[in-house]
Amino acid sequence: MTGKKTLVAAVAVTLALGAGTALADTAAKKIALSNNYAGNSWRQAMLKSWDKVTKKAVADGIVAEASAFTTAENQATEQAAQIQNMILQGYDAIVLNAASPTALNGAVKQACDAGIVVVSFDGVVTEPCAWRIAVDFKKMGAIQLDYLAKRMPKGGNVLEIRGLAGVFVDDEIHAGIEAGVKKNAQFKIVGSVHGDWAQEVAQKAVAGILPSLPQVDAVVTQGGDGYGAAQAFKAAGRPIPLIIMGNRQDELTWWKEQKDANGYETMSVSIAPGVGTLAFWVAQQILDGVDVPKDMIVPFLQIDQGNLEANLATTEAGGVANVEYSLDDAKKAIASTK
Amino acid sequence: MLRGLGNPRFLRAVLPAISLAVILGAIFAVNPRTMSPIGLNLLLQLAVPVALATIAQMFILAVNDLDLSIGGYVGLVACIGATFLNTDPLLGVVLLGACIAAYAVMGALIHWRNLPSIVVTLGMLFVWQGIAILVLPTPGGAAPGWITAIMGFKPPLVPFPIVAAVVIAVVVHFALMRSSYGVILRGAGGNPRAVARAGWSLLKTKLAMYALAGLFGVLSGLSLIGLTTSAQANIAMPYTLLSIAGAILGGSEFVGGRVSPVGAVIGALTLTLATRALTFFHVPPDWQIGAQGGILIVVLALRALINRREVA
Repeated sequence: MTGKKTLVAAVAVTLALGAGTALADTAAKKIALSNNYAGNSWRQAMLKSWDKVTKKAVADGIVAEASAFTTAENQATEQAAQIQNMILQGYDAIVLNAASPTALNGAVKQACDAGIVVVSFDGVVTEPCAWRIAVDFKKMGAIQLDYLAKRMPKGGNVLEIRGLAGVFVDDEIHAGIEAGVKKNAQFKIVGSVHGDWAQEVAQKAVAGILPSLPQVDAVVTQGGDGYGAAQAFKAAGRPIPLIIMGNRQDELTWWKEQKDANGYETMSVSIAPGVGTLAFWVAQQILDGVDVPKDMIVPFLQIDQGNLEANLATTEAGGVANVEYSLDDAKKAIASTK
Repeated sequence: MLRGLGNPRFLRAVLPAISLAVILGAIFAVNPRTMSPIGLNLLLQLAVPVALATIAQMFILAVNDLDLSIGGYVGLVACIGATFLNTDPLLGVVLLGACIAAYAVMGALIHWRNLPSIVVTLGMLFVWQGIAILVLPTPGGAAPGWITAIMGFKPPLVPFPIVAAVVIAVVVHFALMRSSYGVILRGAGGNPRAVARAGWSLLKTKLAMYALAGLFGVLSGLSLIGLTTSAQANIAMPYTLLSIAGAILGGSEFVGGRVSPVGAVIGALTLTLATRALTFFHVPPDWQIGAQGGILIVVLALRALINRREVA
């Protein structure tokens, strides 16, 4: 019976709000977040951003409901069942971070056939009826080399720290870095290790390879590994090279310390977990009748020497630098893709 | 007092059906939208491959063994189904046949060397998974059109998953519980020595049961890609535990050749619906696995109570 009660409550709230202010056409619409995993700092930040932004949207009467559901075991079949549940619960739109790019296509198609708007982000799905807000991981690798070329026109030796072996994201960023090296031929990759996007793993891996390496001028990374790399260089008593950071709070803190002590200069790049809130607004805009292209690319969150302090101040301990999207930001993002 | 309610054997047989009815009733009450053919279809669709995997597990349980590899095996079948079976049907069929043969050999090996099935199947889990990754390194592939057509079939009046569940239960029930060779097969688990003394080959019964399990594993994997439209090596990993829990929930025992095909299908449906019900009740996901276990314990406790009556 709780379903009925929520519905009644939702209608009551909508009516109460409707009396005073002018509302978007989506005031009665219900949006659900189907999330496959919540076990790391990035996902936790993503869920927190979703909660914060959608709560306000519900309170403002822009949508009637925006609940988040996370599957317990990060399994495609489990998430397919979750999507089918959402169809039955009468949601108007499903925002999706998918466990598999293809294995949910059956359930996604069922949702589309039921007239539900499906917007996938980060972990996108290939089903053509769904919208995709994808991350250009290749570019994330390539821009690191572009930055290095700007800082060291003469080039130098580069150590690459990769992510978790066999994962799509790792392959993509690596391909981007390879492309970047090809473009800026003055750089040479002298070593490559897997840091698994975790500081401790990266530190151990870098410490293991350092004795066999010549002078290292720069380290390219995938995020969650820059701080560990710095520690390994320090422990080995070697000069600290230019290490690209990945927006984690520990990395930014270390960078700030170095900057204050000796003017250390680098850049930091990763995806803001708030991309989930962009997906939320995109879904709301589609429900509102706006024509949105099926494929959108998310911009990265890049931190430079100038805005380091500002970003560090808003990043909580153990977290990731974040940007939450407002309705206007989303409208701008949509307009720029068209 | 309980005795007044009826014969313990009968109670034991209807217990799975009662649990299913209770959960289905609760879902209907919370979300009346589910009480339609479309609703039931969405609710029960993904239970069909689980039911087939549970029947496969039940064949293994019938000969006093336990199969920890079924999840990986179903994943491998799904990967073959979404690749070879689609592009080169003949090769696909041969490979799936080889999978079934491999299952039968696994049964023979367990019998010959008198190995614990848990150890052998746990090892094979990684073998199936490894081959699956070789077949389909990244998620993808496409299910053959005829499989998606079968799984998407919409019969008039009754939703397809219910038709499928009834057909599976009835076919296996008559083959295993009503046929004379079915009695031998089950007897090999209940009292192997007596079956052997009567002149039946225990090796043959193991081969037959493992081959049957392999066959139903194939059916499970194919029906799964019929729903998802593509595959991934680890797509069916939860099926190992689901199939064991489903079979036990449906009235099978770990030892003694005591199994129930109808119960196994009902058990699989109950477990699938239990997770769905928990989301409808807005139970946070962290609690869902625990809640699933709780349901299992309640049903098994009730059965233990009935068993005590049966003995008394």
